[in-house]
Amino acid sequence: MSTTTVAHHDEHTDHPTGIMRWLTTTNHKDIGTMYLTFSLIMFLVGGSMILGIRAELFQPGLQLMNPDFFNQLIGVHALIMIFAALMPAATGFANWMIPLQIGAPDMALPRLNNWGFWLLPPSAILLTLPFTLALFGIGDGALATGWTFYPPLSIQGGIGVDFAIFAVHLLGISSVLGSINIIVTLFNMRAPGMTFMKMPMFAWGWLITAFLLIATIPVLAGAVTMLLTDRHFGTHFFDAAGGGDPIMFQHLFWFFGHPEVYILLLPVWGFIPQILQTFSRKPMYGYKAQVYSLIAIGAMSIIVWAHHFFTAGMPVPALLYFMYSTMAISLPLAVLFFCWIKTMWRGSMSFETPMLFTVGWIILFGIGGLTGLVLADVAADAQYHNSYFVVAHFHYTLFAGGIMGIMAGVYYWLPKMTGHMYNEKLGQLHFWLTAISFNLTFIPQFFLGLAGMPRRIPDYALQFAEFNMISSIAAFVLGLSQLIFVYNIISTVRGGKKATDQVWEGAEGLEWTLSSPPPYHSFSEQPTVK
Amino acid sequence: MTTHSNNHYYVPHGALYPVTISAGLLALASGFIFSVATDTNKDLAYLQTPGKWMMYIGAAIIILMTFKWLSAVVIESITGQYKQWEDKSFRIGMIAFICSELAFFAAFFGALFYMRIISVPDLAAFDPLFTPYKDFLGTWPSAGPGGVVLGTEYTPGKLTPMGAWGLPAINTALLLTSGATITWAHWGLLKDNRKQLILGLFLTVALGTAFLICQAFEYYEAYTHMGLTMGSGAYGATFFMLTGFHGFHVTLGTIMLIVILLRSMKGHFSAKNHFGFEGVAWYWHFVDVVWLGLFIFVYWL
Repeated sequence: MSTTTVAHHDEHTDHPTGIMRWLTTTNHKDIGTMYLTFSLIMFLVGGSMILGIRAELFQPGLQLMNPDFFNQLIGVHALIMIFAALMPAATGFANWMIPLQIGAPDMALPRLNNWGFWLLPPSAILLTLPFTLALFGIGDGALATGWTFYPPLSIQGGIGVDFAIFAVHLLGISSVLGSINIIVTLFNMRAPGMTFMKMPMFAWGWLITAFLLIATIPVLAGAVTMLLTDRHFGTHFFDAAGGGDPIMFQHLFWFFGHPEVYILLLPVWGFIPQILQTFSRKPMYGYKAQVYSLIAIGAMSIIVWAHHFFTAGMPVPALLYFMYSTMAISLPLAVLFFCWIKTMWRGSMSFETPMLFTVGWIILFGIGGLTGLVLADVAADAQYHNSYFVVAHFHYTLFAGGIMGIMAGVYYWLPKMTGHMYNEKLGQLHFWLTAISFNLTFIPQFFLGLAGMPRRIPDYALQFAEFNMISSIAAFVLGLSQLIFVYNIISTVRGGKKATDQVWEGAEGLEWTLSSPPPYHSFSEQPTVK
Repeated sequence: MTTHSNNHYYVPHGALYPVTISAGLLALASGFIFSVATDTNKDLAYLQTPGKWMMYIGAAIIILMTFKWLSAVVIESITGQYKQWEDKSFRIGMIAFICSELAFFAAFFGALFYMRIISVPDLAAFDPLFTPYKDFLGTWPSAGPGGVVLGTEYTPGKLTPMGAWGLPAINTALLLTSGATITWAHWGLLKDNRKQLILGLFLTVALGTAFLICQAFEYYEAYTHMGLTMGSGAYGATFFMLTGFHGFHVTLGTIMLIVILLRSMKGHFSAKNHFGFEGVAWYWHFVDVVWLGLFIFVYWL
């Protein structure tokens, strides 16, 4: 890719300052910054919730909280991490980077973009408000059903469930708006000459994510709406007495829930190859193969949902179908892994923090994927279902595969966004602390699950004590080492060594042709891609 | 694509509409939760009145801000800020939005098929020696076998299913005709024939309103004479959720059509530049298509 005309006019740089700038902005960089900041804050909120959980699980018996509050923390932790930390982080990157990467003046629907962000703080309030209300004697706290809202428990629950339902509605609207915006931007705003097959991989990852969101988020909205009418308007969707079925909720929920996993991961799979090629100093291997694999994974993710509840009861042909289709996803995923490794093969690699995170990510996410294959096996799953093995598995995919990937992206693009280099030593320290304590937290949980410890319980049998203790201590190290991350980001925003326009020696793509930080309005005139 | 390189994409100035609408949504949602909190916890009955007021205020904020936001867009449109490039964005965005709406309806159709094909027959198919639902036949339409729901006994009432060939058939005719009239109005716009445009839109609005009146009458009949309510088990739940959400979309569509009609009477839109019109027309066709699905699977089969 080479560029011929790169021109930016500094027109309309007059924008309101102070709080009004952030409330009213239509600028994709401002909105991206808000998304990323919100995501970081909610990451810390959700993280401190789970530290409460790990403190309770430090030893057997009930020490710190009653089981109901324990359940509330678990459910809200998951909802916050998925909807308020991971998804906004990916959307934040999309807002910041997609227009820069495809040479667009801005996102295609800027005001809608603003609304997409400003739906998030109200939903965060809805998620956490029940805790505060309970302090004042109103209601009995947040939803205690886990993030999956399974009826009949969710129909019996108190106002916390209603709050979570509406939080999910607002978060859903936000995601759909964000997706519409990204689809329109990618279809209509690419620089002249940038065909779809020349689009940066990150844009591809997000394009498929956006389609998945549009297909599945409304189904979740429908499912929780049925829950709401079951709770308050006397319908019987999830009640056998009226001809309904609680398992139908599981089908509807996971029809959304499984693609959601890929919604969280596809944007990461988009920029990981870009980081790899930058620090391997050679073009990414198998661009087309990766694009087709991403499409295949996106399409297959919609048709495998029932593997989340093999034990709930299904006809055997259905079990077999969902088992084989789930396992089949590992084929395109294996293609991706091959391409990632081949990109590094014989490259002249260097290991700055983003690359460290990326290489660590490949290994850890690989463990997450392989343990997923174990869980996809119907017979084996009968033992592992709802055990700590599942908890460890999805933290390998969503913490390692999701959040550590996002962190790689943060270190990779932070110099471009702020114009300053981050502190490399602190970054590397953050990586090693995160990687080691993450493994120490979750490897014991694999064994706990294999030994039979169920998830979502505040108390456990004595035989699980040692591994839980190791896991809890490591979880606190993991949580506290994120403070280094926060400090590093804040100090980078405030100052530091000036970053060059290209930032990284091997970086290629339109975003690196702009200054660091880019002007308020980039690409007022589109570059031409050859 | 290449034609864009010299164009300038209009990035609208910032506005407080989105963030205010979000605040309105927050008030609406939490107000609703407070107003129904007594369902799950009798001690919270005192929240009902403040909750209702929060809902009203939230809804008012949302309606007012939507109006202001859209009128800002209309002003930007008639002052010529939006050219071909922006127009294409709106079109793709509208298509994506309609796809998401289809997915929303798919959830309720999915629930209908699941209950009809899987859960209701399954409840009738237990081993006769052990079944808790002895005389339950599992035929459709079904209000379920009855039983205890959250501590209270639920006995399915006798319901008359909504037949397809009375009001619903008339409604089908109304909506299909309205699809034709809006296309006719579009032809008028393309030929720069204002009269045809306005008359076509007026007929569409009238047909949409007639549909809504018929639908309201049907609901009245269902509740008063047919024993068919939201609480009538599987059939009642799917019937009212599907037709209810569809009716809500028809209402929105009719309001949108009225706005477009008023704008046409004011002389907005030209043969070349009329995304506002087409967006509403697409939305109306989408509502139409969903109705056909409803007519076939909810009323007819």
